[in-house]
Amino acid sequence: MKNLILSTAALALTAGIAMADTVRMGTEGAYPPYNFINDAGEIDGFEREVGDELCKRANLECEWVKNDWDSIIPNLVSGNYDTIIAGMSITDERDEVIDFTQDYYPPTASAYVATSDAADVKGGVVAAQTATIQAGHVAESGATLVEFATPEETIAAVRNGEADAVLADRDYLVPLVEESGGELVFIGDPVPLGGGVGMGLRESDGELRGKFDEGITSMKADGSLNEMLIKWFGEGTATYGSDGSVVTN
Amino acid sequence: MFSYCADPDTLGTFRWFSCYLTNGVHWSFYLSFIKVLALLAVTAPVALSFGFAGAMAARSHFPPLSWLGKAYIAIVRGVPDIAFFLFFVIALDQGFEWIRHKVLCRDWTDPIRQGNDFLVCQAAKLPLGTAPEWVHETYGFFLAVITFSIVFGAFAANVLFGGMRAVPHAQLETAEAYGMNRRQTFWKILVPQMWVYALPGLSNLWMVLIKATPLLFLLGVEDIVYWARELGGTKTSKFTQYPHGDWRMWYFLFLLIFYLGMTRISELGLERLMRRLSHGQATSGGELLRKETTA
Repeated sequence: MKNLILSTAALALTAGIAMADTVRMGTEGAYPPYNFINDAGEIDGFEREVGDELCKRANLECEWVKNDWDSIIPNLVSGNYDTIIAGMSITDERDEVIDFTQDYYPPTASAYVATSDAADVKGGVVAAQTATIQAGHVAESGATLVEFATPEETIAAVRNGEADAVLADRDYLVPLVEESGGELVFIGDPVPLGGGVGMGLRESDGELRGKFDEGITSMKADGSLNEMLIKWFGEGTATYGSDGSVVTN
Repeated sequence: MFSYCADPDTLGTFRWFSCYLTNGVHWSFYLSFIKVLALLAVTAPVALSFGFAGAMAARSHFPPLSWLGKAYIAIVRGVPDIAFFLFFVIALDQGFEWIRHKVLCRDWTDPIRQGNDFLVCQAAKLPLGTAPEWVHETYGFFLAVITFSIVFGAFAANVLFGGMRAVPHAQLETAEAYGMNRRQTFWKILVPQMWVYALPGLSNLWMVLIKATPLLFLLGVEDIVYWARELGGTKTSKFTQYPHGDWRMWYFLFLLIFYLGMTRISELGLERLMRRLSHGQATSGGELLRKETTA
């Protein structure tokens, strides 16, 4: 009997420790609607909501950390935080260094934005954020690439004429174009790039990756992920079917 | 902050700004000024003591110590700051964690380096993974102070080394003639007199240090330049109650005024300090002061 009490106590104790496992979530905080700093100074956005829900489902305690985009992968592998959840598209190059969960945002459409319809996106100067799939795409397209550390600066470069156009995720550009009062326009068709947005983890962290993967699967199955997608990206965005397949609307 | 801030769209310009400038993010911005000032207040004396130790080592009569001091000065001065900042913080952090790992987790068999990953046991993490966010931020700040101190300490060491050599040799000989030993000559004759020679160089370093604080963001500390960039960026009405265009110019203008103000205050302070140090010195500045008081 005594033994039984002891072992239940030990079990309760280890369960308590497991519950208190803190996972540090690294993000950029400068890429609405994926992640941004709200008026109160906290990290907010689509990924904040998805991340908090995933942590709740996996019974983890999560803490949010801001990090510069440029050094977001080096700081993950050296252990300053445990996940990257920062609108990062799944690509083969990144997959060699870190591991990704399945996508929680369908393969993204990127788009060109310029100040006039006449902008030349194939031979002109195109701005993109450093170390993004868009920057890679521009470099291969034959246009002259100018890179900036933050998405904000890529837009400013187009506004002040330094670049003819900018290539970025369409969802990031939509609110900017809508509120620019006709100054900025989309040109050409959206460009499909990357393999969707996933959460990045250290390659040695298979267990944690499994937990988040499971969470994403269950969120896809019960439709809660779709609700968040529609809330942050609008009615027209691509969503997931209950089996995890992508549904374009 | 104010009760009328609930719906900023309806407010007039003045009230809108009174709400905008007191919202949560702006408090983080104001707090970052305190962070920068605290960094300066802590780093300056620590860097000066690094410099003093470096200069003392460099002029030591014991060769290995002298080599050590000279190597410190040469290496740190020769490597670009930004490379140092990027390399040092990660190396320092991993160094601390590696030592803790060796001490705290002796029965750990997995390798620490697995491909790209740097893995230590949970107990060796610094700060612990379970620590609240402010501990992580303080730790980052502490790493920043060490890094700044090492870098600026090397420059200060070179300046102090020069200052020590600039003290007229006759002074030291006189001290010896009075029967002072080497230690006494150093502390009682050389050190009090060298400051006046070192101060122009040190004041330059102080100015450079003030302007180097934006490097803090490389170290993950959110400084004033980071917040100015973040707050000044275009904000659309979907994600904030206070939408505005690209206001970075205004925020950076404010930083410009702040930095110029800091420079002016430092100049005034350093001028007074110089006057004080020149008092009674066998230099042209000291001579000028003597004439002023006797005339």
